[in-house]
Order: sequence, then structure tokens, then C-alpha cells
Amino acid sequence: MRVKAIVIRILLQLAHDKRTIGLMILAPILVLTLMSFIFDGSNYHPKIGIINAPISIVNKLEDNDAKIIRYTENDAYYALSLSEVDAIINFENGIPKITLEGSDPSKSQSVIKLVQNATQQPASIAAKPDITYLYGYENMSSFDNFGPILIGFFVFFFVFLVAGVSFLGERTSGTLERILSTPLRRWEIVLGYLLGFGAFTIIQSALIAWYSINVLNIMMIGSFSLVILVTILTAMVALSIGTFISAFANNELQMIQFIPIIVVPQVFFSGLFDLSTMSTWLQSFGHFMPLWYSADALRNIMIRGKGWGDVSFDVLILLLICIFFMVLNILALKKYRKI
Amino acid sequence: MQNKVSSMLDSNCIKVENVNKSFGKKQVLFDINLDIPYSQIIGLLGPSGSGKSTLVKMIAGIDIATSGSVYLLNEKMPKLSLMNKIGYMAQSDALYEELTAEENIKFFASMYGLSGNNLKQRISEVMKLVNLSDHLKKQVKQYSGGMKRRLSLAIALVHEPPILILDEPTVGIDPVLRKSIWEELYKLKNSGTTIIITTHVMDEVEKCNNLGMIRDGKLIAVGSPAEIKHNSNSSTIEEAFLYYGGASK
Repeated sequence: MRVKAIVIRILLQLAHDKRTIGLMILAPILVLTLMSFIFDGSNYHPKIGIINAPISIVNKLEDNDAKIIRYTENDAYYALSLSEVDAIINFENGIPKITLEGSDPSKSQSVIKLVQNATQQPASIAAKPDITYLYGYENMSSFDNFGPILIGFFVFFFVFLVAGVSFLGERTSGTLERILSTPLRRWEIVLGYLLGFGAFTIIQSALIAWYSINVLNIMMIGSFSLVILVTILTAMVALSIGTFISAFANNELQMIQFIPIIVVPQVFFSGLFDLSTMSTWLQSFGHFMPLWYSADALRNIMIRGKGWGDVSFDVLILLLICIFFMVLNILALKKYRKI
Repeated sequence: MQNKVSSMLDSNCIKVENVNKSFGKKQVLFDINLDIPYSQIIGLLGPSGSGKSTLVKMIAGIDIATSGSVYLLNEKMPKLSLMNKIGYMAQSDALYEELTAEENIKFFASMYGLSGNNLKQRISEVMKLVNLSDHLKKQVKQYSGGMKRRLSLAIALVHEPPILILDEPTVGIDPVLRKSIWEELYKLKNSGTTIIITTHVMDEVEKCNNLGMIRDGKLIAVGSPAEIKHNSNSSTIEEAFLYYGGASK
């Protein structure tokens, strides 16, 4: 009864606050769209300046989609210094001499790979390997790879912020003290918040997931309802952590200051960046971060098409984190009323 | 032992016994003893920072004494089941600014378990009382300071509590409305409600049945306005307050 009143109140507050609704739904959609443009998966075609090279090599480079520009020796180094080309190739005594611009390692890598391909003797042409993909597919874009993590991250980030600020407002405006002067029990507040924001985040999560899959065409071969389940749980975890953290902030600005501590490290450890070269004990930090489980589950569902059996452990952990912080929230309210 | 205690408490609605309160190392209330009988308006008078709000918060069950006890209706506070019997109006307007007045009062009323027709009827009654019936659908952020005060008062009254605790209820309310609010408080008192009011408006003080003067966390004088004036040979409460304030030093 009282829980229901809190749920209705939270939904009414959100309904009166169009900007927050916009922030929670449109902002993730906007950023996801931008990222899908940036990481659309097309390969980089290096620009190579040629001073002197055999015509067969130049043709091979052009076959591999390199952009070739011919220079005299002086012009070439000038162009390189202006970053107009990524590399210069000059054959001296039949040996290719490559000068790289070098400020972007990934561009340097692709030039070296290209030149190696072009200068290789075509001896092993018969032994072309037969490639099959266990997961993913040829020309899979990097957005397909980290899109699932981003869905989880944006849901987490915006729910953390909005729920935290909202509960903080309840503390600073005195309404928390006021509702605690009624027979309301502490767990009823916490549950009310969970269900109120929960109802809203179901809509939010579903919209974001639907948009990413159907409009941005992010790779998705698993069950949509499992994706929704994991995103909603991610939102619930963000909600319970956000409301808990708000106890340590005195105003909205201080709440924002928690983002670099609570949210940003989770992004690094959630799988957005490859951590396999990191030492093992550092890698294991990820296992203390809720977003790691959310990202793991979403990737397994969307890219690898795994079912309930493979993500149930992640789901269980997320559920436990959520319950843990809920209990902590109920205890933290003792600061405002002892019973 | 148990019987003795309860018989001792019978006659009073609220009993504050040897209450001390500290926030960290700073002690804000010193050995407060106060008995408040049923059907009375008691005014707590004192400058801001004197500890009035802390005392009423303990009576309202939101805060807890460092030592000593508070009894309400013969039961020791804080107790959840007693919270229903109290209407509390805080010093700051604890309202949801983005909600309308109606949504606010409906929310708080449901915290006290009101619902259905009873809820609607009570809302229209109390909103009429504070003269806000025409502004029910307005968002609270469009309210003036006085209107917010009145809405807070309406919310404190909505569940017809036998005990009313009002922390500076008439700040920012014009004299005409203030008069009608006091008339209503008298009506409530006569029908059995016990009312605690904190104030530093001197002309309001005379309207209370009893007064408690608080200064620097100590209860320096208790009695009816006439008694307090008589005991201190003063013609006004203000003079009496200065007299007791000086005497306590």
C-alpha cells in the first residue's frame, strides 16, 4: 500500500520531469548511434607515398586498397612531416625502405602489413587457409563486439546518476525526514524506489536494446528477452548502488564526483578494452565490478547466442549485488530514523 | 515498578524525562523535563539554534535522545505504531516541488494509510482550511513561501492525528490567514488534540495554554503565559524571556 504510493509518486515525478526522461532514453540512443558511426567496421586504407618502387609492387599495393601518391624525394619527406601520407616507400638496391609517420600505431601496423603482403613471393598461393568462425562473422565490426557492453554501460550510468540524484534530493529537501515521521518502514522506502525506478527502467532498457538491435543493426543472435532481463538487472544494480552512494554526497555536484570512482573503472574492466595482456591479479579486479557480469552476459547472449544456462551465473551475481546494496540502503536509513 | 511508572504517566499526553541530546561532542539539549497534558496548546519559545527543533523531532520520533526518555500516550518513543498518531510539520517545507499540491497531499495521506473516499474528503477539508482549494492542481514549485507553509500544515492535519507537532507553522502567512489557522487550532484542541508549536513570534505565544522557554538547550521556564509574566514581574512575554535568559547566566 505505502510501497505502491511511493511507486506512483516516483513515476509522477518522472512524468513531470521531461528532461530527465529525455536524458535517460535519448542520451544513450544518441551516443550509441554516434559510436556505431565511428566504429562501423570498415578497414583503414593507408596513404602511401612512393619515391621509387617496382611497378609490380605498386600495383599490388593498389590492389590492396592503399592510396598511392608519387613524390620526388624532397616532396615526400615534406608531405610526411605534414602527415599527408602515413608512410613513404623507397626501393634501394631492391630492398624496400619504409619511413613511417608513426604517431598512430594502428596506422603504422596496417602499412607494414600491407607492404609485407605486397613484397611477399606468391609461393604459398595454393595453401590458402580455409577460415570458419565459431562466433561472429567475417567483416564483423568492432561496434558489434563492444556494443553489448555499451548497452549495459549506458543503462548503468544513467540509472546510477538519476536514481542517486533523486534520492539525494529526498535527503536535502527534508522530504526523507518528513516521510520517516510517518509509520512508513525503512524497507518500504527502499522497495518503493526499486519498483518505481524499476518500472521506468524496463521501458528504458527495452527501448535502448530494441534501438541498438533493430536500428543500429548491432550483431544479435540470442534471445531478446534475456537481453532485457540482463539490462533490467543492470539498472537495478545501478539504482541500489546510486541510492547508497548518495548517502555520502551533500549535493548534486558531489554525486557527479563519484562517477570517476564508481563508474569509470567499471568501463575499463568490463571488456571494452582487451585486458588479456594485463597481469592476472589485475585482471581479477573486474570480478568485483557489477558491469563485468552484465557485459559478460550481454556478449554471450548477443554475439555467441548463448542461452539461460550460460548466463545464469552472471544473472545470479547481479541479483546478489542488488540485494546486498538494498540491505545496505535499509541499514543506512537508520541514520535518519532509528526504528 | 512497572505499575508505578504507568500510573505516573497516565495524566499526561506527552512526557519528556531527563532528556539530553548531543551531536558528536556538541551537546544541544540539557536535562529537559516537560509534561504536556491532553487537549492543550503548548508553545515552545526560543531563539533559533536554541534546540527547539531538536526537541520536537525527538517527540515526533524522528530523532532519539542521547539519554533520557520521551513518552507519548504512555508509550516510549520512538515507536512505529505511534507515528500514526502524530501530525508533524517540519521547519523546512518538505514538499515534492515538481508534483502538484494534490499529488503531494495524496502521497503523504497514503503514508498514513488513508484511501478512497475518506482520502478525498479529508483532502478537500484540510485544503479548504488552509485556503488552498483553488490551487490543488498547481505544481508546488509555482507556490509562494506562504502557500508552501499552508500546504505543509494541511499535510500535517490530513490524517486527523491526536497529537500535532508544528515547527514554526505560521512563518510567511499573512495575519488574516494566521488568525483563521489559530481558530482552527483551538477547535482541534477543544475536540481533544494536543498541540505543540514552536515559534519566536511573541504575539502568538500569548495564545498558547502553556509555554516552555528554551535557551541554549535548557528549558529555562515553564508555565502559562500569565504565570510566566507574573513570576518574572514582567508585563510582556518578551520581557519575561529576557529576565529568564539573564537569570540563567
